[in-house]
Parts: sequence; structure tokens; C-alpha cells
Amino acid sequence: MSQPVFAPWDDPNEKPLIRFDDVTKRFGDFVAIDNLSLSIYESEFFALLGPSGCGKTTMMRMLAGFENPSAGKIELAGKNIAGVPPNKRAVNMMFQSYALFPHLSIWENIAFGLKRGDMTKADIAVRVEEMLKLTRLTKFAKRKPHQISGGQRQRVALARALAKAPKLLLLDEPLGALDKKLRQDTQFELMDIQESTGTTFVIVTHDQEEAMTVASRVAVMDEGQIIQVATPDRIYEAPNSVYVADFIGDVNIISGTVKAAGDEMYHLDWVANEAPLLAASDRTFSESQPAHLAIRPEKIAISVDKPTEMKNAVQGTVLDIAYLGNLSTYHVQLGGGQVIKAQTANTRRLSRRTITWEDSVWISWSATAGVLLER
Amino acid sequence: MNIRRFILIAVPYAWLLALFLIPFIIVFKISLSDLALSIPPYSPTAKDGISAMFKAFDLENFIFLASDDLYWRAYLSSLKIALISTILAVLVGYPMAYGMARAPEEWRPTLMMLVILPFWTSFLIRVYAWVGILSNEGLLNQFLLWLGIIDAPLTIMNTTTAVYIGIVYTYLPFMILPIYAALDRLDESLIEAAEDLGCSRLKAFWLVTIPLSRNGIIAGCFLVFIPALGEFVIPSLLGGSGTLMIGKVLFEEFFNNRDWPVASAVAVILLLILIVPIVLFQRNQQRQAEVES
Ligand SMILES: Nc1ncnc2c1ncn2[C@@H]1O[C@H](COP(=O)(O)OP(=O)(O)OP(=O)(O)O)[C@@H](O)[C@H]1O
Ligand SMILES: [Mg+2]
Repeated sequence: MSQPVFAPWDDPNEKPLIRFDDVTKRFGDFVAIDNLSLSIYESEFFALLGPSGCGKTTMMRMLAGFENPSAGKIELAGKNIAGVPPNKRAVNMMFQSYALFPHLSIWENIAFGLKRGDMTKADIAVRVEEMLKLTRLTKFAKRKPHQISGGQRQRVALARALAKAPKLLLLDEPLGALDKKLRQDTQFELMDIQESTGTTFVIVTHDQEEAMTVASRVAVMDEGQIIQVATPDRIYEAPNSVYVADFIGDVNIISGTVKAAGDEMYHLDWVANEAPLLAASDRTFSESQPAHLAIRPEKIAISVDKPTEMKNAVQGTVLDIAYLGNLSTYHVQLGGGQVIKAQTANTRRLSRRTITWEDSVWISWSATAGVLLER
Repeated sequence: MNIRRFILIAVPYAWLLALFLIPFIIVFKISLSDLALSIPPYSPTAKDGISAMFKAFDLENFIFLASDDLYWRAYLSSLKIALISTILAVLVGYPMAYGMARAPEEWRPTLMMLVILPFWTSFLIRVYAWVGILSNEGLLNQFLLWLGIIDAPLTIMNTTTAVYIGIVYTYLPFMILPIYAALDRLDESLIEAAEDLGCSRLKAFWLVTIPLSRNGIIAGCFLVFIPALGEFVIPSLLGGSGTLMIGKVLFEEFFNNRDWPVASAVAVILLLILIVPIVLFQRNQQRQAEVES
């Protein structure tokens, strides 16, 4: 039995819930959002990823109604939302600074939004208890925000934003202050909530692993622009630029110039005294065009003897070994001085490892292991 | 180390002792004495011998204060005037403080200056200026007549209204500054969060801004109420004979009647009345410091 894949972005008949249409946001002379267009669909879990100051919070604030675009328009469910005040939008935001009300208890903070609607007192109490349980804050319900820890505060902010079950939930770095275990649990809870309520989530995060875990699609931003929007696996396997490849996960970048080498195949000349590297690409390159080959460390094999079946094999010496428990990363210095990272799974015990520091080794990868990029 | 600590603590206490406790004890001592035609105008004094002096002390003046209704009417009237002035000062001061806190960053020092500026001229001159504004031929009446809003001058001078105007005017900065300090600290994103959760602007103001500036309001109220209660200059210059305030009574006892013992008793009672709000004020400040730490 095959489940229908959730991919409304591939369906031309699907109407997006949110549409940024050539949106620009300026603060004085400074362009925070630069002519950005983007569609987000209902029930998506959409992650915004990018370096500090690239405009993630600004996008959220425009969706929540605290900023208006300087140019362009934003549509929510087909309607231009310029000028609709924040309290009239079916959107809730979890603030990066949490913005908990210091004069109210945790309980009252979570109930704050619910009290603004027409819920009965009893229903509000039930809902708040539910939220407290979900975020494991039941014990702290009576405390004030300054009497709990940073991570607990973050959970209160999350609970408060979730409580109203909005159509669109904006989470600005919701899990940054949590420890790894709680963070993973909360990620799965978020995904559960998202699945059970069908709420559309837009989440900002600095943690690419988190984005990959929770998101249906990821947008990688830089300086107010979106560089690539795609599903996590596409972003990882088929980045459209060195910037994206480098931003998401670990990557080796080898720069050179390309020569055609058959059907969707190219040779990359990279250093003078080494054989050209063979790479498959569905993008077309012109002759001698500068290009970059991006290869993930786990796609590179490392061996003592020269591998025979691999298309690309280069010799080098082991500079460093980073032991990560389940994985080991070998830093291999090539003849030209470049250092390439190769990663292997530690399925054997450490003592039986055959490769050590200063060893001369071969690293190798197939023609389809890497992505050939123009920029 | 311990000596240093001792000195650090001793200096402010010595200061308080010299400037507050000792004068208070002297006043208290005089309040227990009797009026006398001598210099100083009371007896007994330490010249009569310490034990004789203590024997001659009595509570006669306090009993007199309680029996003559002038005094307790003056206390009540002062409390009422101070209370109403405080409320008026909140109503006038809060919007001003709010406006200052919301003004663009670069304007704020200027606005702050404007609030503090009146302190640079003598208090007495500023109160006299109000005589020129409020009297029958004063600026306000002439202006209103010129506009045609009234056809006969309003009598404001020498009424309680003039006293309220004077007190609110004089003590307004004490109301504005603590409220401004509280509003200035208020994190803008809290208002945004309230709006995001469904509050209108007004509702967010009521549910977030007001509670979070509460300590500033309370501090301001005490800072206005406490000096207004014992106020003497404003009621005597603007209030005329119709306004009864304990500060004025005290002044008259002291300088017109030269009855130092009764005047001292009035002052002691006034101080006792003031201790309640002063203690409450200190508590409020302390609580605020605790929350912020
Ligand atoms: N009100 C404002 N006035 C002027 N500049 C602003 C304002 N708000 C944001 N900016 C600028 O816009 C840019 C984008 O800010 P934004 O807060 O959206 O960044 P961000 O991507 O959320 O960063 P971070 O990951 O650090 O939270 C920044 O360079 C910031 O300095
Ligand atoms: Mg941000």
C-alpha cells in the first residue's frame, strides 16, 4: 500500500496558504528582505534556515503583522494581509525573546490568548492543563517567568503560542535553549501536533539538523533573499549552490574547470598534476566553465590500497581523525595541499581499525556521489 | 575588613542620626513642654536640670490638639487635598510619561530636560507665577475673555482649585519620572505578544502596560502624596484663607502665635501620619528591586 506523498508544492492546482509576492522590506536604507517570493502551503512544516541577520525574524514579523512590506504583497489564504492588525490574524507567533508576561504566572501566560476568545472558564482551564502537560510544565504552573529556567521559559512561550491552535504558527527559534534530549522530544511533539491539528508551521532555526528532522520543506536564506527552497533530502543531496551545500551539513568543495565527458558527464580539472575528476550532472556546463564539485564526506570511501572500481581515486595522507562514536571523520591531505573529509561508519571496534595518523591512503568516490555547481 | 564594613554602614547612619533623628528628638522634646515668655519660648529646658526637665514633660499639647477641632479638620483637609492632587497628578503625569517613553530615542533626553527644567528656578517664584496666571486679572482669565469663552473673570485664585493646580504643577515631575522609568524598561515585544494573542491596542495597554508600570505609578504617588500632605507655600500663596492645610496651621502656630510647643506637637503628629505611606513606599521599592534581581 503506498501512501500519497504530501507535496502540494508540486501540484499546480494547489493554492498556497501564504504567498510572498516580490516582497521587499527596508529599514531606512537597509534592505532586510530583498524582492522575495515564496509560497507556503497548508499543513506544511516550513523551515527557514540562514545565518544571523539574514531576515528570518523580519519575515515572521511581517506574517504576524508587526511589520508591513515596503514593497510587494503578502497573501494569507488568498487575501492581501497588509494593514490587518496582529490581533485580527489567525496567526500566532512564538517570539525569539519569548516575550513572557513577567507579571503573570505560567498558567496565566498560557491562558492569556485563550481568554481573549469566547471560551468558557472551564474550557480554558482544560486547555491550559493540556498545554502544561504537553510541555511538561505542570509543576511550574503557579510560578512567575523569572522563577523558572531558560529552557522552561522557552517551553512556556511555545505552549502559549500553541494554546490557541492557530491556522498558522510562527516559531522563531523555538528550541534553541533546550538540551539535546528534550529538544528531540519536543521536535517529535511538534511534528505530532502538526500532524494531528493540520496547523501550518513556519519555524526559524539555526540548527540544520533540526530543520531536516521536522520540516516538509526548507528554505535557505542569505541577506534577505531565498537561495533555495526544497525538501530536506533535495537540499542535502542536490543543493543549487556552494552556499547551500556548505550551509547544510559537512561538505567538501573542489573547484576547477569543466570539460564535457559524454552524456551528462563532465571532467573537472582541479590541480595540474592529478587526473581530472569525473562527475555526473543534469545541469549543462559550457567548455572550460569554472565549477565546484560538492561531495559529502560520507560519500567518500577511504582505503589503504588503490580501489579499482571507483571512477575517482586520489592519494593523500591522514592528517587527523575525528572519532564521533558512531562515525569517524578522516581529514586527508592531498598532494596539492587540499584537505578532504571522508567519513566512515564505525561498525568495527576501534582497536581493529587499519588506518591511523600519517598513513598514506586512497580516497575514492563514484561519478554520481557529488554535485557539480556553477556558483 | 570588618572595620571597613563598620565605617561603610556607620557613615550613612551617622548622617541620618545627625540630620533626622536628633532634630526630631528636639522637636519631640519641645512638643512635651509648655509655652513660656522667654527665650527660647518654652519651658522647661535643660538649664532647669535634667531630672526637673523630665518631670515637667507632659502630653498637654497633644490633648489640646485633639480637643480643638481646627487641628483634626486641618489634618483631614490636608489628607483630602493630598489624595486628590495625587490622583490628578497620575491622570496628567501618566500620559506625559507614556508619550516620553514612546517618543523617538533622540528626543527623549530633550523631553526629560523639559520635565526637569522647572527645578532650575526657585519654587517660590514659580508659585508666584501662578498667582499672575490665575488671579482675576491674570493671564488665564484675560485669555479666556479675549477668546470670548467667558464674559466675567473666573474666580480661581484663593480657592482649593488653585491649590490643586499648584500642587499638581509642582510635583508633576516626581510623578512622571518613576512612571517614565518603568515604561522605558518595558519590553516592546510584550505588547506585540499581547496583540498577537488577540488583544486590541487598548486592551494590550490595559493588560500589559498598566500592570508593568504599576510600581512606577505607586512610587510616583508616594512621591507626590508625601510632600503634598505637609505642603505650606502653595496653600498660603494660592489657597487664601479658605483652604485649611496642616502645613499652614503649623507655620502660623510657629511664627504668628510663637507657640513652639503646639507647633512641635502638630509636626510630630504630621510625621506619624507620614510614616505609614513612607514605610509602604519603601516596601514597594524593595519588592521591585527583588523582582528585578
Ligand atoms: N527595526 C529594525 N530597524 C532596523 N534594522 C532592522 C530592524 N529589524 C531588523 N533589522 C535588520 O534587519 C536584518 C534582519 O534582521 P532579522 O531580525 O530578521 O534577522 P534574523 O535572520 O532573524 O537573525 P537572527 O538569526 O540573529 O535572529 C538585520 O540586519 C537587522 O539588523
Ligand atoms: Mg531572528
